[in-house]
Amino acid sequence: MNDAANPGTVAPNGLPMNEQPAWRRDFPIDWPQDHFVARRDFTRFLVLTSLPFALVQVAVGVLNWMRRDRRKPTSKPIAALADIPIGGATTFCYPEKHDPCLLLRPDENTLMAYSQKCTHLGCAVTPNVDKNCLYCPCHKGFFAADTGRPVSGPARRPLPRILLENRDGVVHAVGVEVNAT
Amino acid sequence: MNRSLTREQTTTILQGILCLVLFVVLLQVWLLTATMNAWMGGDDSVLWPAAAASAVCAFLNFGLLRYLNRLAV
Ligand code: FES
Repeated sequence: MNDAANPGTVAPNGLPMNEQPAWRRDFPIDWPQDHFVARRDFTRFLVLTSLPFALVQVAVGVLNWMRRDRRKPTSKPIAALADIPIGGATTFCYPEKHDPCLLLRPDENTLMAYSQKCTHLGCAVTPNVDKNCLYCPCHKGFFAADTGRPVSGPARRPLPRILLENRDGVVHAVGVEVNAT
Repeated sequence: MNRSLTREQTTTILQGILCLVLFVVLLQVWLLTATMNAWMGGDDSVLWPAAAASAVCAFLNFGLLRYLNRLAV
């Protein structure tokens, strides 16, 4: 039956079926139908990929929710204030023992601490208190020592700042402040 | 429903749906990339809104697929 909705088999070269070679008349492939099926299957495949994307997004949310306890701030003594040289720096680990941090003391009354992991690819940054910056040797990244913000190099995010408290002459780390921008 | 549609019309509708689905999937790719970037930078405020947006995109795609499955050629 050939009507507007079903115009019959259309060969790839568009010629009528009685002008086609015998093999094509024996095994006719309807070209528009072939296109339709191929595109429909591709669309189905795309829709199926859409579901995992949504599931991964939800999984990230759940993972973040499960990890919320880990971010609860704990207090940890770092060093006696008298032991930290003025114009110098010292290292410590916070909040876990695999999280290296830097404590800077540019002048007598100022203390600042940052995670030592570069926010680009995780190399250890080194302090340069005289120049008021932190330097990452891996890709020549510089961070401002007073804010932790990247000032040059490939890093885009500031170094996480460690919150400090001075309790009777002993400096304590009391939390991590992650600034995304 | 689609008895009145010609084959050309059905194919055109299919191509339209394919473009829409492709656009929505690309939007989801972008959403996931942006979310991961923000999350790894310590910003978790975007996680649930982005997950909701991605779920809406997936629903939209499944709706389009349902419509497509009803189109017979
Ligand atoms: S790892 Fe620090 S700049 Fe690349």
